[in-house]
Amino acid sequence: MIRDATEIDIKTRGEFARDNYLSEHTVRSWLLTTDHKRIGLLYLGTILIFFLIASVAAALMRIELLTPQPKLVTSETYNKLFTIHGVLMVWFFLIPSIPTVLGNFVLPMMIGARDVAFPRLNLMSWYIFVAGGALALWSLIHGGVDTGWTFYTPYSTTYANSHVISMAAGVFVAGFSTIVTGMNFMVTTHKMRAPGLTWFRLPLFVWSLYATSLIMVLATPVLAITLALISVERFWGVGIFDPKLGGDPVLFQHLFWFYSHPAVYIMILPGMGVISELITCFSRKRIFGYAWVGCASMAIAILGFLVWGHHMFVSSQSVYAGMIFSILSFLVAVPSGIKVFNWTATLRKGAIHFATPMLYALGFIGLFTIGGLTGLFLAALAVDVHVHDTYFVIAHFHYIMVGGMVMAFMGGLHYWWPKISGRLYPEFAGKLAAMITFIGFNLTFFPQFILGYLGQPRRYHVYPPEFQIFHVLSTAGASILGIGYLMPLIYFIWAWRHGRVAGPNPWRATGLEWQTTSPPPKHNFKETPIVTGPPYMYSAEKDVDLNLASI
Amino acid sequence: MSISISPASEPFVGEQFDDIEQQRDAAKLGMWIFLATEVLFFGGLFLGYTIYRFTYGHVFVEASRKLDVLIGGTNTAVLLISSLLMAFAVRAAKLDQRRALVGLLAGTALLGCVFMSLKAVEYHKDYVDHLVPRMGFKWEGADPGNAELFYWIYFAMTGLHAIHVTVGIAIMLVLALLAWLGKFAHGNHNAVEIAGLYWHFVDIVWVFLFPLLYLVGHR
Repeated sequence: MIRDATEIDIKTRGEFARDNYLSEHTVRSWLLTTDHKRIGLLYLGTILIFFLIASVAAALMRIELLTPQPKLVTSETYNKLFTIHGVLMVWFFLIPSIPTVLGNFVLPMMIGARDVAFPRLNLMSWYIFVAGGALALWSLIHGGVDTGWTFYTPYSTTYANSHVISMAAGVFVAGFSTIVTGMNFMVTTHKMRAPGLTWFRLPLFVWSLYATSLIMVLATPVLAITLALISVERFWGVGIFDPKLGGDPVLFQHLFWFYSHPAVYIMILPGMGVISELITCFSRKRIFGYAWVGCASMAIAILGFLVWGHHMFVSSQSVYAGMIFSILSFLVAVPSGIKVFNWTATLRKGAIHFATPMLYALGFIGLFTIGGLTGLFLAALAVDVHVHDTYFVIAHFHYIMVGGMVMAFMGGLHYWWPKISGRLYPEFAGKLAAMITFIGFNLTFFPQFILGYLGQPRRYHVYPPEFQIFHVLSTAGASILGIGYLMPLIYFIWAWRHGRVAGPNPWRATGLEWQTTSPPPKHNFKETPIVTGPPYMYSAEKDVDLNLASI
Repeated sequence: MSISISPASEPFVGEQFDDIEQQRDAAKLGMWIFLATEVLFFGGLFLGYTIYRFTYGHVFVEASRKLDVLIGGTNTAVLLISSLLMAFAVRAAKLDQRRALVGLLAGTALLGCVFMSLKAVEYHKDYVDHLVPRMGFKWEGADPGNAELFYWIYFAMTGLHAIHVTVGIAIMLVLALLAWLGKFAHGNHNAVEIAGLYWHFVDIVWVFLFPLLYLVGHR
């Protein structure tokens, strides 16, 4: 069995570890660090900047959409706004979010390692990411891009009058940072596990990061070559997507979605891993069907490579190909369903603590289920033809990416915050923010399902007056959602210095990362832990006096 | 098992590793994963080639005949021999033969340079023969657009490959310098081994490119 966490807890409760990874304060010590924990925090700061810029773009769009006729921005500006929002949110926030911040911070600790396998490459991946981000911002400052985040040809290669090459170059460069991170995580998981930590004793978050890394290393290079090809074609005036030569613009869509559909799973699998950690800890119960949940992550990663054609049902793809892609897309629901059912089965007869991370986790289950089920509508050929490129699609993937991934990211950030900073965030404010986020999110995106079903196409800022009520509701929801995101930013900054001292294991959780001090020392453990049993050895009976919702 | 850094008798073990064995395994696995990403990186172009070769097969065969098989074939031999030298270099590193290692790495780099020089001559010849898309491209036969597409793919694939060869040459030269300084002694030949994997990969890509681009027109 993993050493009894509570026993250590009692010994050192309430101590703020003086010997920790944050002890050095110079700028140099941060910019040249190879410590996975510090690199996680560097990523946190960086992706936060991109999240803010992309959120401002979203806010401007929502304000514009309050009225059926354009009042605030021109059509061209609107096109640039949704492109900025999409590009930055996808490649500079969601894809790096959980893997590079929480994954970097806890993966080595979860497997009892002193660091990732390649610490210098880890730092290099951050610098590559920053370089890619700088290129994207350069493109933005010089006037932005109006192609949408999908860069469809021939518009992107021939007709667009915006800064496509620099933006594509930014994404191209950032892609290499993703590849390096994925490679690093895979090797770390294979080669750096503590003695006794067999594959089926790994925490489920590690399984999900491994599945994510597999997608990162296999899908991202295809995006890289595709973006390189459109950049060269745009620059050279000729290329393989060029119909003048007999080239096929639809080939671009195939290549793009061969990456971008698996990338959707980069944007949800890590979230699922976080939720598995949270659900079991705050139910004080072992996870239901451990091996099924772990293998479901791998199944989603593998199936994810076989379903890209469901983005192309209406782009001249043969109807037989469409049918195959439709069936394969339905198959993804099986492992996703296994996860949802196993989480809910874990809750059953558990001693549930409604602490902040758990509120996010429960929100995740509900929102992910709605997002997943509407995904099935879209996987059905006939329904997709009706709602293709409408707000229905927008609402669907925001339920997955924002309702799923961002909720999981927030939940994970709250859960590991005591480990990261050594201090607790204010619990009441946390719960409030979680609930505001949940309400704001639903008010923002649920009306968009109705809008899409009624026929409002995506990427338009002019719409018939009868749709106005739904747009007003959505904008109102977005402002509430904004408050839900702003609150944690404020109280996390406050808690960094003034929060109550957390001690090594405030949640009395079982993972190896909770067996070391908070904040952890530079090499994570005073001595390498030895693992002798399965993860999640929670027991509600042992913790009867525990109240995690008001620690 | 303790956290303490390995004793001085076993140098160059990163502090995150327990021993040199773990470090070596990790580096090798990392390189294999990187090569998998490279396969997919080239894969996009191979897919494009396959589709258009299938659609415009006749024109591709015609267009392929204009490429210089002699230079392409010589280059194939040059790269294969360089890979042989690289394989010897890895062995020399394992056996701690410093002088042989330096020579073999430099030889690998030299053959890489020979490859690049021949490629430059060939590109120049293509330009003179009006085979470069968008830069004075001329085609006498049928379907000039499709022929231009073939040459675009030819330049994209061989160009991307040439970038990889250039990076490989730079790596070999740095390794040769480090080997000369004696950095790979005492079983610390990890870098040579994984650089070897990379070089063989670059070689294998060419082994696929040569028949696809140069030989499809020949019976």
